[in-house]
Amino acid sequence: MADMRDPKEIIAARVAKELKDGDVVNLGIGLPTMVANFLPEGVNIILQSENGIMGMGPAAEKGKEDVDIINAGAQYVTVNPGAMFFDSATSFGIIRGGHVDATILGALEVDSHGNLANWIVPGKMVPGMGGAMDLVVGARKVIIAMQHTQKGAPKILKECRLPYTAIGVVDMIITEMGVMEVTKDGIVLTEIHPDYTVEQVQAATEAELIISPDLKPMV
Amino acid sequence: MKNKIMTAQEAVARIWDGATIMIGGFMACGTPEILIDALVEKNARNLTIICNDAGVPGRGVGKLLSNGQIKTLIASHVGLNPEVAQRMNTDVPEDKLECILVPQGTLAERIRAGGAGLGGILTPTGVGTIVAEGKQVINVDGRDYLLEKPLKADFALIRGSVTDKFGNTVYNGTTKNFNPLMATAADYVIVGTCEIVEVGAIDPNHVMTSGIFVGAIVGGEKPWQI
Repeated sequence: MADMRDPKEIIAARVAKELKDGDVVNLGIGLPTMVANFLPEGVNIILQSENGIMGMGPAAEKGKEDVDIINAGAQYVTVNPGAMFFDSATSFGIIRGGHVDATILGALEVDSHGNLANWIVPGKMVPGMGGAMDLVVGARKVIIAMQHTQKGAPKILKECRLPYTAIGVVDMIITEMGVMEVTKDGIVLTEIHPDYTVEQVQAATEAELIISPDLKPMV
Repeated sequence: MKNKIMTAQEAVARIWDGATIMIGGFMACGTPEILIDALVEKNARNLTIICNDAGVPGRGVGKLLSNGQIKTLIASHVGLNPEVAQRMNTDVPEDKLECILVPQGTLAERIRAGGAGLGGILTPTGVGTIVAEGKQVINVDGRDYLLEKPLKADFALIRGSVTDKFGNTVYNGTTKNFNPLMATAADYVIVGTCEIVEVGAIDPNHVMTSGIFVGAIVGGEKPWQI
């Protein structure tokens, strides 16, 4: 029977399984933020927010907001016991210094070398890179969580066409179709969602996928 | 002790046309709105503004942008203020905005370097991207880094939660962001603060910016609201 969940939920739930108890994690805005809702029982992670929080909690309840505490998406949030606030230099020292175990973010394009493009579409969208360049260079593990295609057009390419966010930084790509690991030989499909065939995943991917001999169902 | 307490109008009176100004805040959280309002009223023009982002229209740095006071904006993210793109692409020469995008961690570290007397910093961020264009790449022990130069300013407008009459300042929660860095990197620092207290009222363990950096203190800053 087909998976009736929203593709974003499928992706967020699978990403959550990559995180270990005690990991320090930075979640990007949008789909990556949903990952926190799917953590397995007994896995508690420490969320870092680049605007200056270690130990970020859930969004603040309406009427109970502390107006001095926001996340990097400018939403009111709470902090957990044991949290710390810091300035932006300290925050990015934590990020660049390799003290963040995993960063999870979206992409416009990823390629077979682990290059990432997610900050600019020249002539169309110039929002700025914010903290993305530092995060992908500094975090120990970079997981791209995104829908497999953009309205049918592949986003996992042989070579990125948009300007890079960083080169050779992506470790893993998780989409509604499957789980892929970036290796020195290329992108390896390690898990596939039961609703799709290998042929369908390859057809939606410009880069040539290496199919793991140990290919598992994505659950 | 020299009196540093003044009105917002008095504090910004010395800001000249063409000045370079650092402004604290992240999405206007930790931005001194009363100082920005006074700067809009004074209508200083052709400013170079260094800040994390462009705020949103009608908030934070967005107010200076709407009033056409910014010539050059140095920031990491401008996507939540559509006016930036409009002004970058306008055909009206006097409204034309130059926008220089800097990775957020690099921006923070360049400001810190400016305040700390460093000649620059070496960062792996941006290597192999358009951020590296025109910059020196230095290899240290097998890894490439970009040489990023320090940033300094004529003025810094920062926002405190509690400030004593000497200028010692505490920032609550995530209002801290770029404020303590900018306080060290400008020739003249103006603090817009929510509460002014007597010297000695803030435990030295809790002071985040020393009063030695602060030239002017303006009270009446309001809690941030989205």
